[in-house]
Amino acid sequence: MARSIRKGPYVFHKLMTKIEKAKGSKKKQVIKTWSRASMIVPVMVGETIAVHNGKTFVPVYVTENMVGHKLGEFSPTRTYKGHTGNRK
Amino acid sequence: MARIAGIDLPRNKRGVVSLTYIYGVGSSRAKEILDKASVDLNTKVQDWTDENIRQISGIVQNEYTVEGELRSEVQLNIKRLMDIASYRGLRHRKGLPVNGQRTKTNARTRKGKRKTVANKKKVTK
Repeated sequence: MARSIRKGPYVFHKLMTKIEKAKGSKKKQVIKTWSRASMIVPVMVGETIAVHNGKTFVPVYVTENMVGHKLGEFSPTRTYKGHTGNRK
Repeated sequence: MARIAGIDLPRNKRGVVSLTYIYGVGSSRAKEILDKASVDLNTKVQDWTDENIRQISGIVQNEYTVEGELRSEVQLNIKRLMDIASYRGLRHRKGLPVNGQRTKTNARTRKGKRKTVANKKKVTK
């Protein structure tokens, strides 16, 4: 079920402050976050956000058509290298 | 002959059923269309007047995306998911179920025919 529009998109508030700080400062920096459930909102476009996948931080460069997705969608939590002898 | 959106409708079926042969029109849309054109749902396609056909095809073409256009729209949506490398996009790339279904068994629609691995050892205790 979709989230109520009244509430707006869910973004972890600490992540939001971090992004605002990064926007203010000129130099590029990677923002680390554990908040996989946060929605990608337009202010994040152009930032690199390192999203935790349970083990490491996966850097995600946010582009325009990622808006509306959740951060976790870009940081896979499972590794699967294929079965033995299953070469394509 | 009723030709709507580049598709020949089966002539000996009821209007509602017949319209669902168009990609992008299911039973509820078919009903909607016929209501708008004020054609009885049970009238067979062969009994539609030319005026009816004109009206219906107008409604289908102007108010809905159907057939080729809809297909390419769907493909574009999938391509977008793949390009941004989201989880759903990766699943599309690998040809596995996208919406979180189990893959230990089943999921044959996405995975295709079973590929048997030769000499695969059975797990025994």
